[in-house]
Formats: sequence, C-alpha cells, structure tokens
Amino acid sequence: MADIAQLLADRDALAIADVSADTQRAAEQFLYRQAELLDEKQWDEWLALFTDDGFYWMPAEEDQTEGDGQPNIFWEDQDLMLMRVARNEHPHAHSQAPHNRLCHVVSNVLVESEEPNGDLIVRSRFHCAEYLRYEVRNFTGKYRHYLRKTDDGFKIAVQRVDLVNREGPYEYVLQWWL
Amino acid sequence: MSWTTEQLAGLVEPDRAHRKAYTDPEIFDLEMERIFERTWIYVGHESQVKNPGDYYLAQVGRQPVVMVRDQQDQVHVLFNRCPHRGAQLCSARQGNAGNHFYCSYHAWTFHLDGKLESMPAKHGYDGTNLDFEDPEFHVSRPARTDNYRGFWFASLSEEGVDLKTHLGESAAAFDQLIDRAPGKETEIVGSCFRMIQQSNWKIFLENQLDSSHPGVTHESIGKAAQHLENKIREDGRDVPMELAFLSDFARLGHDGWTKFGTVGYRNGHSSLEGYMGLRPDDPDTNEYVRLMYEAYGEEKAEEILGINIHHMLVYPCMSIQPPLQQLRSIRPLGPDRTLTEIWHFRLKDAPEAIYRRSLAYYYLVNSPSTMVNADDLFNWWKCQHGLESSASEWVSFHRNAGQDIDKDGITHSAPESMSEMPLRHMMHAWREYMTAGAGD
Repeated sequence: MADIAQLLADRDALAIADVSADTQRAAEQFLYRQAELLDEKQWDEWLALFTDDGFYWMPAEEDQTEGDGQPNIFWEDQDLMLMRVARNEHPHAHSQAPHNRLCHVVSNVLVESEEPNGDLIVRSRFHCAEYLRYEVRNFTGKYRHYLRKTDDGFKIAVQRVDLVNREGPYEYVLQWWL
Repeated sequence: MSWTTEQLAGLVEPDRAHRKAYTDPEIFDLEMERIFERTWIYVGHESQVKNPGDYYLAQVGRQPVVMVRDQQDQVHVLFNRCPHRGAQLCSARQGNAGNHFYCSYHAWTFHLDGKLESMPAKHGYDGTNLDFEDPEFHVSRPARTDNYRGFWFASLSEEGVDLKTHLGESAAAFDQLIDRAPGKETEIVGSCFRMIQQSNWKIFLENQLDSSHPGVTHESIGKAAQHLENKIREDGRDVPMELAFLSDFARLGHDGWTKFGTVGYRNGHSSLEGYMGLRPDDPDTNEYVRLMYEAYGEEKAEEILGINIHHMLVYPCMSIQPPLQQLRSIRPLGPDRTLTEIWHFRLKDAPEAIYRRSLAYYYLVNSPSTMVNADDLFNWWKCQHGLESSASEWVSFHRNAGQDIDKDGITHSAPESMSEMPLRHMMHAWREYMTAGAGD
C-alpha cells in the first residue's frame, strides 16, 4: 500500500489522460457514489469501496509523499476504519450526540492516468458542510484516488484527501471521514 | 468590577473553586498579567530551529515571540515586533530568515540577535534621537529567557526565581524525554497539531491528571478498540500493541484507575504515576532496553527507565508524557478559548518500532481525527457552558479531600484512590500566583 502512496507522489499530479467518455463517466459516478455513501452513513457499503489493503489518507503536510511512519490527520486501513464506525455508532460516543450530518459536493473530476491494467488515478475537488451541535462547519479540499479495476468494479487502493487548511488550527475534531 | 487580592483569594477553598475563575474576562486578564506574563512560559525546543536563520513563532501570555537561531548557532527568543512602527517581523509560523530579519514595511533590517543593522536612506535619522546602539531600536527580548537542556522558556518579568528553580521536580519530565534516548538526544518531529479548545485553560490541565474521567469519557473508543482486538484475534492475526492505548479505557472501566498515584510539586506542577505500562515486555522494548544498557551501562539505564512518570504538568503551560514522547503546550486565548500545540519526539538511536509506538499514540489520541480527545473537548466545552450558570457558584474537588499526604513540600494522593488532589493542588497554586505581589 505504501507503494501506491509513493506511486502517486512520483506521478505528475497535473497530468490529464486522454480517456473515453465511458471511462470519464465511470470515474465520476464512482466519486459521487463514494461521497453519497459518506453523507448517508452507509458504512458497510462505503468500507466495501476499499480494497482489503486500501487506505484512507489525509496528510498533515502538502508535500508529504508517504503516510506510513509519518504524522497524518488520517491514515486508516480497514481495521481502523471499522473501529471508527464501531466507536462513532456506540451509544456512549457522547460527542457524537446528536449525530452530525454531512453534505458533499464533488466536482472538477479529471482522470489523471489510465494504467495498462485498467486502474485509474483520478483527481477531483470537494466541498463538504458538516452540521454538528447546531452549527455548520465547512471543509474544502482535493481528492486524489487510486482506483483499482477488479471483477467487482473499481475499488479504492488509496483515497488521498488534502484539506486547504490542513495546518489548522483545528476548531473541531474530524470524527468522520470527508 | 475590579478584583481585590482578598476577593481573588476567596475564589479558592480547600476543596472547591469558584466558577468565576473559569469564566470571568477580568480574571482572565489578571491571569495573563500575574501568571502567564510573570512566570516561565514554554517557547519551544531547540530542534525546531535546527539551522542558522531558522525561526519559529510562539506566544508568551498575550504576546507574540519568535525563537530564532543566529549565524553563530545561538538561540534567541525575541518579541516578534519591529521597533520602528510595530509590524510583525516574521509572519509565517516557521521559516528561515536568512542572515537577518527584514521588516516588510520600511525595510529596516536586524541581526538575528535583534540588533538594528540598517534601513534605507539612513541619513534621515542624522541628528535625531535614534541611536543604533540603543536597545530601544533593537528587536527587544523578554525580560528573561533561558533553556533547560534545549527546551526554551521566557519570562516577561525581571523578578522571580530562575528557570531551574521554577521547574523544580518537574524538570524530570524533560530529563526523561532526553535520557530515554540511547543516543542521548531527542528531536522534535515535523510540525505540531494545533487544536483549539472552546474552554478555559485550567479545565484542560485539571482533566489531564483526573483519573476518574477516562473510563467514563472514553468508554466508547475503549469498547470499539476491544471489539477490533477480538476481531483481529479471531482472524488469526497479531493484535498491534498500540490498540491497548485505547482498549485500556474499557479494560480499566469506570473505577479501575485507583492504582495510579498522583503527586503535587512546588509552584503548581504535578504528575501521574505508572499508567499504561511504562515498560511493556515485548521484543521491541527488550531490544530498546538492550540499546539503553549499551549506551548508559545497566545501572544507569535502569535508573532512567525506572523513573515513574507517565504524565507531568508543568504549571501553567505544559503537559508532557515522557514514556510516549509527547509534549503539549498551552496558549490561553480567552476565558473560553485555549490553543494547544501537540508535539512528539524521536529518541535518537532507539529502534524504529519505539518511534512508531509514540507516533501511534500521537495519531490515535492527539491528532485532529482523534476519537479520544474528541470526547474530552466536548466535555470541556460543556463545562464551560455549565459554568456560565449561577445554579451553583462552585466547582467541586471533594474526591479524597482531606486525605492528601504532605511530605517535604510534596503532596501525594491518598493510596488506592482516584483523588482530585492535583486539581486542588493546581488551584491552590493559582491562588498563590494571583495574589502574590498584587499590591492592591
């Protein structure tokens, strides 16, 4: 997995691949669905979007090329993601009461690379409003996805999320993924 | 109203404190004046400014300062202010100033020790009172700056005890951060996480050594971590050790925290003993111990590893967890707003696995996505709101009150208790600071 983070770092992050309309559409639909599952709290389905060794990654620094062994805002494999769901859904997770609401808008979807094996690297931008304890907080950032082509459709090997204000200060804790 | 010394002293009783100490804006201003702008306040570690020209911004009380390393390798702490018209000299949180500070307003330049170097059209000052040798025209420095083994502090008051005397027994936490490295050096990693607490700075400090809260506040993450541990075991995989940082909350439960004693020291400092297996028995730890023996010899290494500090509070501005290489500095912004900066350290020449353990704690407990601190922050925010109410004027610190054990100026909590001794201890120190030399 760390290999994929490094692969993303080695690639030209401004490249645009010449892909078919079908591929472009498939990438867009996948990202919209990913965001919808987060907004609708469909955790089993959302976790199933990731490969078994997939990672959700929010780096602490812009120029970070690796998540493993580094300070991160998020660096979670399937185990830690499962734990987050179990914790946030626990009746005594009192800072999650009442539950938050999330609303994502995903846009500017650019397929960066279509690999010979059909895997895709996709860049996009998102805006997300979180409503928690009667206040709205806004998060904006950049997604970079490594999508692995499988018999079961695309799966996320890495979802890299770079917040525009990653350095903080954080007036909140990000208890759910963006 | 303006507070008299007598009224301030009346806010703290042996087993309770008045809510105004946490909510009143005038009290907050007095705290800045009499505590944060008088005693020694942490600025930063020397490894934050490794190279000549490197600088890092900090805050002492309400005042912006910059820590900088000059071309002769000397570290200075200066006010981040141009003596000309008051503009900030450094505006990025960290950076490299090069050979000198350059003010972006009128191009005055200063040596990195603060001395005025030059400005354009210098002759305009001929025959005026501007004197290049006069400190008034240098970047000024706090009344006192000093460091303890590379940890830099500033005091805005000419008077008071020196840094070492102020730190007293709490200096052991810094010793531990360094001495636990087989390479006998410690280095700060990357940049810090900066978190704003929507609550009073004292509520944070009180929480840190409050052993009756973790089993309750952190029950949900404790249970979720236990659940994950079980699943990993069922899958036939090895359970990562760091999950115990979280599952311990559930294992110990609401009332299982009685085995961890607390100690109160002079000047308001305090510590928590023993919690979280300071020395687990696993191959990585054993390899680390071997390297410590090699570096120090067995006797000295055992002495270092035997120091029983899980968590040290250096009053009023730091929370340090030496066995996990974590350090947090506290910058109060208002009665109901507190900035914390959370750092972690790498022990020179320790096995990578030992670093990874402290990184895991940093991530799971202290990062902006933490599921531990999230519940603390919410409780503190709720306390701040609750204390606005006049339903009661008092905050209770009654747990095991009257049972503290005083010996040679050091206070120990009652054995086998989850005593609120550290909370009482800190508020009593607060009263001392707030009423000392107030002169009204």
